[in-house]
Amino acid sequence: MAQLDTSEKLTILADAAKYDASCASSGAKKRDSRTGTGIGSITGGGICHAYAPDGRCISLLKILLTNSCIFDCHYCINRRSSNVRRARFTAQEVVDLTLSFYRRNYIEGLFLSSGIIASSNYTMEQINEVARCLREDHDFRGYIHLKTIPDADPALIAQAGRYADRISINVELPTTQGLQILAPEKSETQIEGAMANMASVIEDGADARRRYKSAPAFAAGQSTQMIIGADAASDRDIVHRASGLYTRHRLKRVYYSAFSPIPDASAVLPLQRPPMLREHRLYQSDWLIRCYDFSLADVTSVTDPSGMLPLDIDPKLAYALKFRDQFPVDVNRAPREMLLRIPGLGPTAVKRLLAARRYRSLRLSDVARATTSLKKLRPFIICEDWRPVTLTDSADLKALIAPKPKQLELFPA
Amino acid sequence: MTRHLIRLDAADDFDGWRSAARALAAAEVPADQILWQVGDQPADLFAPAPRPLPTPTRALTVPKGFLPLARSALLHRDPERFALLYALLLRVARQPGLLHDKTDPLCRRIDALAQTVHRDMHKMHAFLRFREMSTATGPRYVAWFEPDHHITRANAGFFVGRFATMHWSILTPDTSLHWDTETLRQGPGASVQDAAPGDPLEEVWKAYYAAIFNPARLNPKAMLSEMPKKYWKNLPEAALIPDLIAGARAREIEMIDRSRNAALAPGR
Repeated sequence: MAQLDTSEKLTILADAAKYDASCASSGAKKRDSRTGTGIGSITGGGICHAYAPDGRCISLLKILLTNSCIFDCHYCINRRSSNVRRARFTAQEVVDLTLSFYRRNYIEGLFLSSGIIASSNYTMEQINEVARCLREDHDFRGYIHLKTIPDADPALIAQAGRYADRISINVELPTTQGLQILAPEKSETQIEGAMANMASVIEDGADARRRYKSAPAFAAGQSTQMIIGADAASDRDIVHRASGLYTRHRLKRVYYSAFSPIPDASAVLPLQRPPMLREHRLYQSDWLIRCYDFSLADVTSVTDPSGMLPLDIDPKLAYALKFRDQFPVDVNRAPREMLLRIPGLGPTAVKRLLAARRYRSLRLSDVARATTSLKKLRPFIICEDWRPVTLTDSADLKALIAPKPKQLELFPA
Repeated sequence: MTRHLIRLDAADDFDGWRSAARALAAAEVPADQILWQVGDQPADLFAPAPRPLPTPTRALTVPKGFLPLARSALLHRDPERFALLYALLLRVARQPGLLHDKTDPLCRRIDALAQTVHRDMHKMHAFLRFREMSTATGPRYVAWFEPDHHITRANAGFFVGRFATMHWSILTPDTSLHWDTETLRQGPGASVQDAAPGDPLEEVWKAYYAAIFNPARLNPKAMLSEMPKKYWKNLPEAALIPDLIAGARAREIEMIDRSRNAALAPGR
């Protein structure tokens, strides 16, 4: 086989990495390179340096070290039995590419993952070598996210944590059964075991940093991803699993990746993608739990008998329509957690209303200035000059406020 | 009737605005009696001759959030920003809680100015692209960027902190910044011809951009809301966008067909 040049390898190894949804470059400790010998900084918020036409942000150089793999997971483009072209970067090539992109301000850092070659430990060592070289040889202070391999030696995973800002271990599928069918060589026990191990590594690191100023900067957090629509799991199953992961392993984020057709797909997989809206609704339910004080039971109460969230309206609106007795909410008196339940009001708008109502009684025009979508929330609130007398009781409320269904384009531009 | 003409050194001269505004507000000069001007731009026909600022008769205290808000909003291109901020200063001096009232029209307007400036600064962090040029003293990284507001100097710290060990220049139509690993120099505005013409690494970056795009999830609207077309001309990868969009549906259909045929083929 002819030698591949850097661009050709990059094309293969970025193509293989794009099914990982995570792109976060936030949440790491602030730092810069004024005191160092290299380059790189973390400013806190995370920066998206470009957007692809799929609307996803490009923040990190997201690549695999190699797309060869000894595993045969059906949903994965890199599985052993796939006919995809294979390529492999050396650790040095990844280091050079990361630094070249970073110097030109294309990226915030590196997100490195890999197919498993030879053994899990060998692969993990290669991943760690890239991070070690960037941190120690080049004093690189940008963002590093490493995907770890669940059954690698815990010492190697802990080492990854010393170099990376973010560590992730993918649970892959929401249910044990799905994992058995689609990723027969992976085990849930092993994946969750590695997550528990990483959670304690992160905790120990944070503890050491609290006590000793000179303690090494450890990974700030871990995240995971599951694939949606490749197995039979319902939204209720998925939300349950995610909530369990958040509490058991103190994850920063659970990412959902709607299964999308891949080149040379396995015959076990569905041919068509699930609606992209499904992934969106799951993220919305995730936000409700993490940022809106909804409980797991609140979210799952709006699923249908087959356990699916409604696609036509968002889960928060569905909740308000189902539990009408909790509305309308008085914006001048209700506590924060009730304001957060009003459809169309987000945490920022709620904060504004809480601050403003300390000075005077709020009118509808005040609410309008604090938010963007007065129309949606009007049926659910009471304020100084507004009371929805009949609206919340009317049977066709959903038709009045839900977004109008529209014909989807066959060939969207 | 205008009574005071205040000349600021530059469009982003926060310190100049601050010291003048502090003296005027302490003397309770109403907002409509002050004309704010930048540099030696021609004075208003009816402008008064500059005269000494009033001697403050009392100390002026403002709530904690006011200065950061003013510092940002002042970088906006809106010619009324100096006067609006002064009007807000007079009000917060009397009513310190005002800044928390996010339903007050003046607060909202100034918040919006500051927010626009923050977004512009953030987009400069994101979309500025350096090109490598070889010089006698080693590589120099040169960028051409066109910000919407007067943010270039305020943004210098970000680039110094991130690229502290590199030699770099940022050129904009209004001003330019030059860093040599130790000191930051400011130069005059530049034009696109002064910037580096290209960089071979852009081809590698474009290969990455094309490969990381997933044609099965095409969503140009989401892309445009975060990366509007006005930025495209200075982003090397943006040249690929029209073709990537045009080819996306065909690529997805081909992938589905291929798996369908593979599923039907005997022996698999």
